Amino acid sequence: MNYNWNWPVLITDPYFGWIVSGLGWTIAVASASWVIAFFLGSLIGIMRTTENRILLGIGTVYVEIFRNVPLLVQMFLWYFVFPELLPESAGNWVKRGIPLPEFWTAVVCLGTYTASRVAEQVRAGITSVSIGQRYAAKAMGLKPFQVYRYVLLPVGYRLIIPPMTSEFLGIFKNSSLALTIGVLELTAQTRQIEEYTFQGFEAFTTATVLYILVTFIVMTIMQIVEKRVAIPGMVSLRAK
Amino acid sequence: MKKILGLAAGVLALVAVNSAGAGEVDNSPVLKRIAERGVINMGHRESSVPFAFIGDDGKPQGYSVDLCFKIIDEIKKVTNKPDLKINFVPVTSQTRIALMANGTIDLECGSTTNNLTRQKQVDYLPVTFITGTKLASKKGSGINEIEDLDGKVIALSLGTTNEKAIKRVAKEKGLNIKYVMVKDHPQGWLALSSGRADAYASDHVLLFGLISKSKNPGDFQVTGRFLSYDPYGIMVPQNDSIYRRLGTVVLADLMRSGEINKIYNKWFNPGPSNINMPVSDTLGVAFEIQALPH
Amino acid sequence: MFADFDFAVVIKSLPFLWEGMQLTLLLTILAIGGGLILGTILALCRLSPYKLLSFAAGSYVNFFRSMPLILVIFWFYFLVPLIVGRPVGGFYSVLVAFVMFEAAYYCEIMRAGIQSIRKSQVHAGQALGLTYQQNMRYIVLPQAFRNMIPILLTQAIVLFQDTSLVYVVGLHDFLVNAEIIANRDNRLIEMFTTVAIIYFVLCLSASLSVGALQRKYAK
Repeated sequence: MNYNWNWPVLITDPYFGWIVSGLGWTIAVASASWVIAFFLGSLIGIMRTTENRILLGIGTVYVEIFRNVPLLVQMFLWYFVFPELLPESAGNWVKRGIPLPEFWTAVVCLGTYTASRVAEQVRAGITSVSIGQRYAAKAMGLKPFQVYRYVLLPVGYRLIIPPMTSEFLGIFKNSSLALTIGVLELTAQTRQIEEYTFQGFEAFTTATVLYILVTFIVMTIMQIVEKRVAIPGMVSLRAK
Repeated sequence: MKKILGLAAGVLALVAVNSAGAGEVDNSPVLKRIAERGVINMGHRESSVPFAFIGDDGKPQGYSVDLCFKIIDEIKKVTNKPDLKINFVPVTSQTRIALMANGTIDLECGSTTNNLTRQKQVDYLPVTFITGTKLASKKGSGINEIEDLDGKVIALSLGTTNEKAIKRVAKEKGLNIKYVMVKDHPQGWLALSSGRADAYASDHVLLFGLISKSKNPGDFQVTGRFLSYDPYGIMVPQNDSIYRRLGTVVLADLMRSGEINKIYNKWFNPGPSNINMPVSDTLGVAFEIQALPH
Repeated sequence: MFADFDFAVVIKSLPFLWEGMQLTLLLTILAIGGGLILGTILALCRLSPYKLLSFAAGSYVNFFRSMPLILVIFWFYFLVPLIVGRPVGGFYSVLVAFVMFEAAYYCEIMRAGIQSIRKSQVHAGQALGLTYQQNMRYIVLPQAFRNMIPILLTQAIVLFQDTSLVYVVGLHDFLVNAEIIANRDNRLIEMFTTVAIIYFVLCLSASLSVGALQRKYAK
């Protein structure tokens, strides 16, 4: 290969600082979006399993809108088109008034997008709890809220821990799309380094290793959680 | 006898020419692989108007692309492969170096600035275009020089030489400028035209290109002095002086004969998008200086 | 901003967009097929009693789940030519990357699906004298598929949208072509809005028809 390796470039000033700050922004965007995605997604997912037609309808429309348009396109629409739909003063405030407009736009976009996916997971979790349990709970005289609180949700959430972990890792990785609206997160910073130094392979290797490292930590934690809360009687990971 | 001698000399000369050609090809790793595969992999940008962009027929075209075709014609002659196939490989600013380093592309035709840092990884052919960082702003905004941006917002494309230039000047002059980072030139333009930023900084040729393609070209202006010097060149792989010299010869010939001016005018004066940029004095001088004799 | 919406650019670019859409569809179908098969096998390995097998499958899944898809594509494209010594076509390079990447996700989805089947069903199968394979084939997997249809669909939609990452290897799918036009003609708003609507309509129809299918087979 016709390439001059230069690993030390990664720890020279200012590039090392860029990587650290990029990782910081990645974690900031991912965690802030996850708060939106988890709560909004759970709410929408639960709405989609209720018997109330209006709630059901709202939930369905939400999921269909947000998951059927590519995230990259949504990012663009939130950043460049959404402010134009507002009254002029509000639009200008979104564009210039708020501190860190690109950060908050990315968080809202990523959060609302992932919420549609979390909603599907939550719904799948709840519906895979056998219908008999719902009837049994009702027969015991539990109110709808109690049926969810004490029966469906505790079981449903446990079942979807593996795919929910995937969603969390997904939000973390998708946060790299924030670079398209100018958030200088990890991927953006490594691209910066490649443009400045033309040492692309070193920069991308760093990004790859850091992504793997962070997700490895998350997965290890989630596997411990999954084991601790496993329900006896379900086919489980290390059965037999 | 004379006839036979003449024939023999002719044959000898022919052999000599051929073997020189073959030797040249054999000693150049890039020419050798092109000859063996019967294919040249031409890297090109896709929306860098008017240097290299996808035309309505889906094929790359532009000023840099035309120059590359001239070089490929010469490669056909040297490798003795008149039917050499051209394989177009689209590249971005992120992939161009990696693709050149791992041998996927044999030359890159786009709008790449030749600078000394980058020469650690790739080689360049002679400079074929000269530009530099300038500002685009709305007419009547009162922004003429970078100093006018104190306390205002400027959009910058991530990782460009323009970003470096603006930040350096702002620091030197102690200007308080707010930056909005964007992914590429059209988004920078959108940031300016939608009022997210008061100005957008880029290579002045690209700014003229963006204005000529915008909906209201009359509303915008390109202003100020040059804040950086950006000479563009065609990139070739490193460690192959025979191959690089071939490209240099082709471009020097075009510059000496003046043919490069014709190609230039086709794309810039006025050019398909009406960009209207005659050869600048600096570029004219650059053409003259680089027109080395044989 | 919308008053001077330039439809002409959109209309003119339709053939170019359709060209991209064909690649999007082809890649989606191949990657779902390959990913689902490989993913189900991985899921069975992960749940298998053989420690080595489940560990290997687990490591595979964790490795690919921890990488952004764009980096997987990048490394496949740049490292494979170095290993085999010649440039590899972009298409095969991304296809392999997509299948291997998607398989990790389908594996997790199928694992969740299999785990949602109560143990008593497996026991009942065993009581009937079914072997492990038969038990999986006739009892567990069909139910697991059915439970996981909504999530499998979500994943398929994501894949359909993610094919735009092929721009890394210089291929043109629907979204890439739209961006090329948008950038070349400086008409971002028009192209992105059009693209959003087209994706929405296509994905919604897919999701509605899968919903109908699911209701038909749900018992």
